[in-house]
Amino acid sequence: MRSRSNWLFHLYIFIFLLYMLLPLVVMGGAALNDSRFPSVYPWVGFTSQWFVELFQDARMWQAFVNTILVAIAVVIISVPIGAAAAILINSIAGTTRTVLYGLMVAPILTPGAVIGISTLLFWNEFGVPAGLHLSALGQASYISAFVMLLVLARLQSFDRGLEEAALDLGANYNQVVRRILLPHLYPALGAGAAIAFFQSIENFNTTLFTRGTYDTLTVYVFSKVRSGITPTINALALILIVVTLVIMLYFEWARRRKEKALVARADTKEQITKAEAIGRNQPQVTFPPTQ
Amino acid sequence: MSAGVDLQNVSCDFGKFRAVDKANVSIKPGEFFSFLGPSGCGKTTILRMVSGFIDPSEGQIRIGGQDMNGIRPNKRPTALIFQNLALFPLMPVWENISFGLEVRGASKDVRRAKAEELLKLVDLHDSADKAISQLSGGQKQRVAIARALAVEPSVMLLDEPLSALDLKLRQHMRAELRAIQKRTKVTFIYITHDQGEALAMSDRVAVMSQGKIQQISTPQEIYNAPVNGFVASFVGENNIFKGKVTSIDSGRCSFETDVGAFTAALGPAVDASTIARLYVRPEYSRLQAAPAGGANSIPVTVTDISFEGNFIHVHAADRTGRHLTVETRNDGSVTLPAIGSAQYLCFDAATARVLADQGMKDPGIDE
Amino acid sequence: MSELLRRYGHTLTWTFVALTAFWLLVLVILPQLYLLEESFRLYLPLADIGGPRDVYTLANYRSAFEQPMEWKFWLPFASKPVILPIEAPIRVQVFVHTLLYSTVTTVITLVLCYPVAYYLAKVANPKNVPLLFVGLLVPMWVSEILRAFAWFIILAFKGPLNMALVNIGVIDSPIRWMTGFNSVTFGLVYVYLLFMLLPIYSAIQSLDTNQIEAAKDLGAPGWRTHWRVIIPHSKPGIASGCVMVFMLAAGSILVPTLLASTQSRWFTEIIQQAMFESQDWNTGSAYAFMLLVTCTVFVILAMRVFRVKLSDIAR
Repeated sequence: MRSRSNWLFHLYIFIFLLYMLLPLVVMGGAALNDSRFPSVYPWVGFTSQWFVELFQDARMWQAFVNTILVAIAVVIISVPIGAAAAILINSIAGTTRTVLYGLMVAPILTPGAVIGISTLLFWNEFGVPAGLHLSALGQASYISAFVMLLVLARLQSFDRGLEEAALDLGANYNQVVRRILLPHLYPALGAGAAIAFFQSIENFNTTLFTRGTYDTLTVYVFSKVRSGITPTINALALILIVVTLVIMLYFEWARRRKEKALVARADTKEQITKAEAIGRNQPQVTFPPTQ
Repeated sequence: MSAGVDLQNVSCDFGKFRAVDKANVSIKPGEFFSFLGPSGCGKTTILRMVSGFIDPSEGQIRIGGQDMNGIRPNKRPTALIFQNLALFPLMPVWENISFGLEVRGASKDVRRAKAEELLKLVDLHDSADKAISQLSGGQKQRVAIARALAVEPSVMLLDEPLSALDLKLRQHMRAELRAIQKRTKVTFIYITHDQGEALAMSDRVAVMSQGKIQQISTPQEIYNAPVNGFVASFVGENNIFKGKVTSIDSGRCSFETDVGAFTAALGPAVDASTIARLYVRPEYSRLQAAPAGGANSIPVTVTDISFEGNFIHVHAADRTGRHLTVETRNDGSVTLPAIGSAQYLCFDAATARVLADQGMKDPGIDE
Repeated sequence: MSELLRRYGHTLTWTFVALTAFWLLVLVILPQLYLLEESFRLYLPLADIGGPRDVYTLANYRSAFEQPMEWKFWLPFASKPVILPIEAPIRVQVFVHTLLYSTVTTVITLVLCYPVAYYLAKVANPKNVPLLFVGLLVPMWVSEILRAFAWFIILAFKGPLNMALVNIGVIDSPIRWMTGFNSVTFGLVYVYLLFMLLPIYSAIQSLDTNQIEAAKDLGAPGWRTHWRVIIPHSKPGIASGCVMVFMLAAGSILVPTLLASTQSRWFTEIIQQAMFESQDWNTGSAYAFMLLVTCTVFVILAMRVFRVKLSDIAR
């Protein structure tokens, strides 16, 4: 690539990054500005008032607790389901597999509102009223699909021979799964649990229709934004941004340290390339969308 | 503790494809028995049926006289060594070896002691706590063997376990496997496509092709007295002539080819009506300046000579252009014919065999 | 199934099957079927349910085509609507706008993201990529609602963008950003951008760099290398990104609610109205089903256009 177009290219990426990050700076900055309307410009003066107000908001705390409860429930439901479905589909082939796979990924491609409404209607028929339990079930219906995809991807690298070897050595089926299959799947199950947790926290559309009278954080923020805005929401946003940033930078730091250790230990070129490959593959984690 | 394995009319179908066709074998306790054949001949299917991962479509498998029908792999007295070894990558060496004891509920001390003992047996000291990824190819091999031995199987099943190793190590491991077998006296059933491995290690060999067992015999007999064209050409090299049996006389026959008539031993199931070929090993063939009296002779032209140290291969062509090889031991005083010179390729009737084309996928080899 | 039994035995196999069946039947299929069934029934007082008025009918779907009115059609980035010379039912108008602006959002995100994805996968120094990703992913982890909220602040009439532009002197008086579908489109693009970026990135990343170099080596100019080598290879990623962004945009509730102008209405708002304001769940499910069909059609279209399998889109 010629240097001129390369220069333009870098400039574009720079502008793109600004575009991604500036809104967060504006939003976070407004949390510290002593202005009744959330804004950073004009800058009125520094204040921590909005944080104080946020922490005194009992409804926010209740919503926070609800969110965490739902997220835990979603993890508990969707991780076993996703793992079981992945193991199941990994052992079948042909048309059955295609149909099952289609059914399993369909919830990912279904708008969250549709999932929410159908869950509400279905359970209502059996006299189950709306509430956080329905939110958890509705969310689990599509979050299980993410777990399934993660576990399925991990299963691709699983050598079936290991199961057979264990069976051949006298292990029963439970022992095979507990000692051989599950340990191989732990990374995917961990990632699946994390994704399920954060997906659940993020969720708005499905929750909106199934929550009944309960609040989750997203619903709380939503109603706050609609009913007269104060920068307390910005305070919440700033906390989230900082927490996210700290977690991400920690993982990046840990990854670099691990990579360094690998390179240091590697005495052959092959291992260095391997270490580099690990580094390159790192950002490939997919971030599934919220419904 | 070692047991015999009997296969009676065992067949295995995958849909319309018959992977194994009516196999009948009786493997004796403590025997080192090999199934030899090209890939896709059904040898691995046999192994998987014996270990219990595939159910036979028909027939019966008995281990130590006991019918194995309906007995799952984890209940059979067999231990399988996988082609890729299938060592558990997330467990250290000693846990791998003692896994079979672990699932039987043995205490940690017992398992650890057994693992150490077996590691000594396979010559791997001080590796108990290593990770599998830290081992070399040969070391992994030994761990796999130790892991299989740990469950004290009556029958060890080995699925081409040496194929991933380089030549040197492979030869070394051959001797090692053989020694371990002699020491433990466990019945070994060994699967390979490498004739050298099969001949060198086994007490008996079954040669397979297209799902059928072609011959079961000692290595010497497989090599010296193959029962059909497939066995002859899969095990070892041959000079091959296509032709017709014209007369038969007490185990000998006259065989008419496009380069003349020969006398040779008559293989089983051959008569005047079968399409047959005459096989003679290069080491039983010799080159002479003049036709030999009382032996078969064909006029040939020397085309090439390859010197391989202990052996010398002389390549020649008869008048039809057929490629023939003569192998001579290098005893230090061999005089080699000039390339392009006219010679006679001679062989004795007793060393040549006329065999049917049975078992061959493509009978058109090297005419 | 026999393979499962062979691998895991009866107890485990049936556990797997039961869990999967619970998911697919109880959480996915039956609720959707139920939604469909309800959408053909009327919203009736409790006493009438099961009575002679409780029949299957298309009335709920028909209601989408009632109330014809002057069609104010908003073109992308226009500040005034075009008055079309025909009348159209209000919900149809909203539906068409929703489709149009979901598509516009999809196209804009695609155009914005492709170069970035290519840059991250093949141009940037691999050492810097993780850090770049941290920058790009922070907005992703800060939830959807806060991303939309950020633009709510920025685009406010007395918000920082207008204030800054006026003070710098670029404009004389504040611009009303929240007109037509402008602010909604801005918001949708920003909120769902990364769902386009990530699949394209991983698709391009999986392309062997040698292929790009070979194309260049054979004398192909840059655009042709992209057109003939890189884009065909990254088709599954592009398809996946397009499907995701379209589905999320069309089904979005947060962005159109937060960033709507007085004139821009989104189809999900119509659904919400039926569900919460009229409490007419039957009509609500009819509209929800229409949204589901729309998204399904889009998925099928994308699979046809890009000639990819479902397993390429949902990974």
